[in-house]
Amino acid sequence: MAITRRELITNIAKAGVPAAVAMTVSTETLQAENLPVPNAPVGLMYDASLCIGCKACEVACNEANNTPPDTRGDGLHQSAADLNDLTRNIIKLYKSDDGSVTSFVKRQCMQCFDPACAAGCPFQALHKDHETGVVLWDGDKCIGCRYCTITCPYSVPRFQWKGFDPVVTKCELCSHRLAKGLKPGCSSVCPTGAVIFGSREMLLLEAKRRIKKNPGRYYQDRVYGETDNGGTQALYLSRVAFADLGLPELGPESVPARTLRWQKRIYQYFALPALLYVGLVQVIRKNLKGHEQEAHERAEETGLRAQL
Amino acid sequence: MFKHPTIAEHLEASGVSRRSFIQLCSMLMATAPMGLALTKNKSVFEITAAIGKTKRPSVIWLHFQDCTGCTETLLRTSAPDVAHLILDVISLDYHETLMAASGAQAEAALKSAVAENEGKFVLVVEGAIPMKDEGVYMELAGKPALQVLREVAAKSAAVIAIGSCASWGGVPSADPNPTGAVGVDSIITGKPIINLPGCPPNPYNLLGVVLEYVTMGKVPALDELGRPKFAYERVIHENCPRRAHFDAGRFAAVFGDDGHRKGWCLYKLGCKGPITHAACSTQSFNEVPNCWPIGIGAPCMGCTEKGVIWRMSTFETVPIHLATPPDTYPPIYSSIGGATVGAAALVGAVAGALGGVTWVHSQRFASSQEIGVERLEADRRNEENLSAAEKDLEKGFDKKED
Repeated sequence: MAITRRELITNIAKAGVPAAVAMTVSTETLQAENLPVPNAPVGLMYDASLCIGCKACEVACNEANNTPPDTRGDGLHQSAADLNDLTRNIIKLYKSDDGSVTSFVKRQCMQCFDPACAAGCPFQALHKDHETGVVLWDGDKCIGCRYCTITCPYSVPRFQWKGFDPVVTKCELCSHRLAKGLKPGCSSVCPTGAVIFGSREMLLLEAKRRIKKNPGRYYQDRVYGETDNGGTQALYLSRVAFADLGLPELGPESVPARTLRWQKRIYQYFALPALLYVGLVQVIRKNLKGHEQEAHERAEETGLRAQL
Repeated sequence: MFKHPTIAEHLEASGVSRRSFIQLCSMLMATAPMGLALTKNKSVFEITAAIGKTKRPSVIWLHFQDCTGCTETLLRTSAPDVAHLILDVISLDYHETLMAASGAQAEAALKSAVAENEGKFVLVVEGAIPMKDEGVYMELAGKPALQVLREVAAKSAAVIAIGSCASWGGVPSADPNPTGAVGVDSIITGKPIINLPGCPPNPYNLLGVVLEYVTMGKVPALDELGRPKFAYERVIHENCPRRAHFDAGRFAAVFGDDGHRKGWCLYKLGCKGPITHAACSTQSFNEVPNCWPIGIGAPCMGCTEKGVIWRMSTFETVPIHLATPPDTYPPIYSSIGGATVGAAALVGAVAGALGGVTWVHSQRFASSQEIGVERLEADRRNEENLSAAEKDLEKGFDKKED
């Protein structure tokens, strides 16, 4: 059986698909983009084992950021159920199923080295400060798409659902206070030193000192945020598993880097898009041929010029 | 001329022990935690010495539209010694309730007390002053109260308005206010005026202000309503002994219910503590612990606030200005958002409308297609008929030709 020219080309193209896929997927893990490292990263270190759940930090946070207390729960108390447009900082309680193990956890922005919110933001409204590494929100650039609220693996940025000129609220480490030489609101009032502010380097040293001094006290003798999600500027120590406190185990690769890796594979050498294009062209050509045939038949049948 | 002794000298002459004077001074310290300059960073002995060296301040006390409750609060201390002490520390030169004189004698007493201490005495005003119809609703010795106040206040060093009536009108000024009652600061200008609202106010507030004035020579720091900050800076709610119940969400719902018996928070019974600036929660009346409305299970009436008592319903709840966190905690994971019935109904209505419109249009489109097909069919039939007719015609012609 003789092979037509068309069949030959089609077969070559078909053989090319798995080859192209194999070529792209088998490539070595692509290096994440070289992210600019902040000059002097600052952060918070929260030791859940020291927290007494007094919520002084919640009140101080709202005062420092000039935000009214969120009384939408019962109208009497500042009782937010989670971070929201009026709550940048919240103390939550973990209780094991049998109630034998409990731990408080303070949740606020993790100030990631590679923030997923900033990666998801189409206009760099969320960006990392070059000096302190704090992730800041610029209202003039924000278009209100709320991608940041979805991309953040810690669900930190929150959108203001009501109001004419809504804002995205997240902890910005009291940057306005830092500029004046003050500590962030939360760390300035903590009565037990459960949350402390400082340069990330010093905080990491302190966290490791505590682990070394109290072996077995902390979960896995590990500082959450040292490498997690590519490293964060907010560090955590805890007696209970971090996952129980709502801090997911994300591995050392940051969420945007992982996404970028797959995204780059898809577009590598432009192989997959090119194949997709070829496939689409084939489909269109085939369909078009059918349509032309039909139109021709119709024209012959009716004697009228058929329109495609 | 009578020489004014110092407080220490007078106390010694009256046979008051040094111990009870020190007790009084420590009480003064305890009741003024929010910064009375007199007691700031000093030991009780230093304060005792400072007060002891001072000349006894001359106090003239005038009554207007009042119930004498403020005088009573001064006298009804649990230990008679304390009332005695207060009256020994200050030199109460004229007081209508406490003096034996009456009639012309009393008039003369006021005149001489004012003349003797002109420019030096502290004037304490109790009660509101009627202003309507040129003050005819109250007269003292044939003169309207308004005139008496103006005359005496002009010669005083400072004016203390004791009680809510003297501070801003109080009960007599409640609607419809038939006498046009007002407080001292609506009438007197050019003198330092200290308001000590309360119904009644704690007598230690008066003592603190008077002693501060005579030992330090200045009026204590006042808030925007002229109330001394040392006693009126904070709201009752902040230091309330029932605060823990508020934070835990334990409220008495009705008088005499289980929560009320257990001493839970009285907020829902109309307690005005969250908006009332006063030191009641830290400073008991009559030196008896918990002797104040909230302490005995009655909601705070807000008697120190012009806009609250006699202007708000007793059982009306008030807004919380500075909401604080409760002593409960949110769980680690909480569901975000949720749909209200209205929102669900709106979404349903929009979806239904879109679906309906689509269906109607699809029906119209289909029928228009059918019409088109029918027309096409008709055209085709016409054409066929036409061509058939032509053929017939041609045949006819052919036959004719044949």
